[in-house]
Amino acid sequence: MKAAVLVFPGSNCDRDLAVAFRNAGADVTMVWHKDSALPEGVDVVGIPGGFSFGDYLRCGAIAARSPICRAVVEHVHRGGYALGICNGFQVLTETGLLPGALMRNAGLKFVCKPVDLTVSTTNSIFTSGYEMGQRITIPVAHHDGNYVAPDDLVARLRDEDRIAFGYCDNPNGSVADIAGILSENRRVLGLMPHPERAAEPAHGNTDGAALFRALIGALTPA
Amino acid sequence: MKARVHVMLKDGVLDPQGQAVAHALGALGFEGVDDVRQGKVIDLDLAETDIAAAEAKVREMCEKLLANTVIERYDIEIG
Repeated sequence: MKAAVLVFPGSNCDRDLAVAFRNAGADVTMVWHKDSALPEGVDVVGIPGGFSFGDYLRCGAIAARSPICRAVVEHVHRGGYALGICNGFQVLTETGLLPGALMRNAGLKFVCKPVDLTVSTTNSIFTSGYEMGQRITIPVAHHDGNYVAPDDLVARLRDEDRIAFGYCDNPNGSVADIAGILSENRRVLGLMPHPERAAEPAHGNTDGAALFRALIGALTPA
Repeated sequence: MKARVHVMLKDGVLDPQGQAVAHALGALGFEGVDDVRQGKVIDLDLAETDIAAAEAKVREMCEKLLANTVIERYDIEIG
């Protein structure tokens, strides 16, 4: 099972994400933003957290127009999987692979702390390792995590069971307490919290490990 | 040819930075500031000499990169 982790200037969770993928059993390749193609046979692309291109213009905007992101869009259109965490979620909304946008936190402060989430659907390769409604604790670290979407889009996300995770105590003003959403075909997940920072005993919390185990496990031939 | 692009949050999109500026103005004693919206100004220096062509090109730039039309609107000034 092959995973690729994108690296932009300013990415700072790329190696953490690679470790989480690897610990779950994936064969991981790091891919530089100027590359125009993903390695042959990649099943899932990880778009890591950080501050790609210094958050210039808008968070994730420049990264979303990089050569490698054109390849990611094609990968997703072919039915490939993608996981965007934090800045990666912002990149996914900027590419249009996920709807809505992420704006400055309503409280204007950078929020860096563990938060409680509710697993809002188990119907995806990313969330099938959790119980429906399970409460998990995952760290957040962002300044622009305020998910914004018009009412009709929020209704659609609810109707189509595409809200993957919700905040128990909303830290950033996100509409409908949304912490993570799925694409229409359920193969792309974007979320602001960092499951890769809660994925092994040394982190003091392993609530994020089930996401990687489920994802990598489902894509690994038996 | 010069072009100037104004990017603003769409009406109805909450602008926490604008609100913080409004509060700070109130704290400085400026009364009667009902609302503040904060945006961006982007100046471009273009090789294009035809006004209509320049405007079309800048509009495409706005749609593809300069604005996120999910939450932002833009205005273009040419010349």
